[in-house]
Amino acid sequence: MSVLSSPVVRRLLWVALTAALVLSLAVVALLARQLNVAALPPVANVPAASAEQVERGAYLARAGNCAACHTTRGGAAYAGGQAINTPFGPVYAGNLTPDTEHGLGRWSADAFWRAMRHGQSRDGRLLNPVFPYENFTLISREDSDALYAFLQSLPPVTQPNRPHGLRFPYNTQAALAVWRELYFEPATFTPDTARPAEWNQGAYLVRGLGHCAACHSPRDALGGIQQASALSGGLMPGPGWYAPSLHARSEAGVAHWSEQQVVDLLKNGVVHGARHSEGATAMGPMAEVVFQSTQYLSDTDLRAMATYLRALPPKEATTASEPRASAAQLALGEQVYQRHCVDCHGASGQGAANAYPALAGNRAVTLASHVNPVQAILSGGFAPATAGNPQPYGMPPYRTLLTDTEVAAVASFIRQSWGNQAGEVTALDVQRVR
Amino acid sequence: MSLIHLLRSCGRVVPCLLAAVLCAGTVQAAGPAAAPHTVPDTMAQRMQACTLCHGKEGRATNSGYFPRIAGKPAGYLYHQLLHFREGRRQNAGMTALLDPLSDAYLRDIAAHFASLDLPYPPPQPSTAAPAELARGQALVLHGDAQRKLPACVACHGQALTGVQPAIPGLLGLPRDYLIGQLGAWQTGLRHAHAPDCMAQIAQAMSPADVSAVASWLASQVLPANTHPAPPASRPLPLRCGSAPGAAK
Repeated sequence: MSVLSSPVVRRLLWVALTAALVLSLAVVALLARQLNVAALPPVANVPAASAEQVERGAYLARAGNCAACHTTRGGAAYAGGQAINTPFGPVYAGNLTPDTEHGLGRWSADAFWRAMRHGQSRDGRLLNPVFPYENFTLISREDSDALYAFLQSLPPVTQPNRPHGLRFPYNTQAALAVWRELYFEPATFTPDTARPAEWNQGAYLVRGLGHCAACHSPRDALGGIQQASALSGGLMPGPGWYAPSLHARSEAGVAHWSEQQVVDLLKNGVVHGARHSEGATAMGPMAEVVFQSTQYLSDTDLRAMATYLRALPPKEATTASEPRASAAQLALGEQVYQRHCVDCHGASGQGAANAYPALAGNRAVTLASHVNPVQAILSGGFAPATAGNPQPYGMPPYRTLLTDTEVAAVASFIRQSWGNQAGEVTALDVQRVR
Repeated sequence: MSLIHLLRSCGRVVPCLLAAVLCAGTVQAAGPAAAPHTVPDTMAQRMQACTLCHGKEGRATNSGYFPRIAGKPAGYLYHQLLHFREGRRQNAGMTALLDPLSDAYLRDIAAHFASLDLPYPPPQPSTAAPAELARGQALVLHGDAQRKLPACVACHGQALTGVQPAIPGLLGLPRDYLIGQLGAWQTGLRHAHAPDCMAQIAQAMSPADVSAVASWLASQVLPANTHPAPPASRPLPLRCGSAPGAAK
């Protein structure tokens, strides 16, 4: 007798099929809920805004660092076209100028607010979350209107929006609907009454327009962030640097820093500690954040962000064991260090006062992830030029001067000398970073 | 015993368990307090980030050629820094270095390298045929009136050492680099400020012209005075975004 003639099996099959049907209907209903967004009517005229509102909007655009994505290198301001690389293909930022065909010229303030809050375009399409509306959803209506007023005040640029280069199925609205079901919930910023006003202002900035979590959080295979691990450190797929955890003292946590030190880092791009090893320099993608965004924020806002960041609960990253480099590798690393590094960074990795960071006790060097020290060695870099540090010192790029083996050796050497106890770096690691 | 004294003694023989407990409360401190290390507070020191690759006279590597920047006109250097930062010239390494730098600092950097007065090495002997060199010389010194190609000396100076404030000299550069740059203008990989006069000129040149001009220029010995000439009193033959106000 076939197994299907058994009444028990048949019943089980019916239950399974019904369950599958119900589940499918539920999924379809959820996706329909995401996709069924009404288009908002285009507006013929955008009312003129006050100078104060436009100025406030310009300030908020700095805080949100909108230009980093929406202004192409060497291109017209806010006209879009910049590629943001994701593991699923490149996403191109849109034209935010008031051009009536390609920009926001026909958008009302309501439509703009809906885009920031709900990640939906004026025509009802779901927006790609590379535009970090998970964070921007917290913006107040007042701030959204100011940002809208600023963008509407810009010269219109007739630049068509470039279609994203995402692979199937990531290029479908259905995929975005699934992603949103899993990872996005529109929210309003609600102050925590148990905390002082300054903390709440900092929370509003860091979690909202600042969108720090967009880089500083780990993302899963679908590119989503679990709220519980926000700000716990993440590898940035595009630029290939690691944005360290803001919770972990061993990474970039600032609970043990003074408020002034946090403000100095965000405002000047460099901070000097009581001991030289307690300093920090913004490098790589963070140098750009300071250069284009945080150096322009008011002292009040920076102090608020410092208050919030210093109050983040300490949470150490769980790390694998730290393999020691071989004696031969350390010997080669020391040779490379003597030849190329000692003049700036010192014979004991102590750095040079007011110029070059110490390597001894430097958290950026001893991160569990080797990516940042290797990137620094390969690409070099300057600290950002800010009002507080207008002529920064810089590090040359060693990409063309050192082999993978030499980079790995010197990276291992600095990670395991002068009290530093981080893992070794292999030549294969370096090759992957290149 | 003060804490500092205790920390300093860590580096010596004394078992420092006690100090380790005290140390644990601080940021990952270095072992013994090292002698302070200082570097000069000068532009030259800051520009170590550049001179490692560009050297004194430019430097050839298997990843390409890093041209000489010492003694070039400040306006020219400033424009190139802007071009790299804004994507009109393509070099990922340069762009990454310049991204967090302000326009004001780029001017300071350009002024620093423009002020350097360093000797030029002798040119590499040329392997080009005499006919090719003659063709190159003719184009550089006289241009080609039929194709409306101005002579290089008409803009770059009679001595080909450049003209202040923003036109570079053409001597002391390798042949391959010159061919590469003219080719980059032909293909649109390299841009200058609009109107892009060099793109116009390069696109009117044939590959044989490019090779001839590059071969001749690269084989020339520099004159005794290698400095860029003072600003031109006569207008330039072409309108040029890099040298505004100088054209006919």
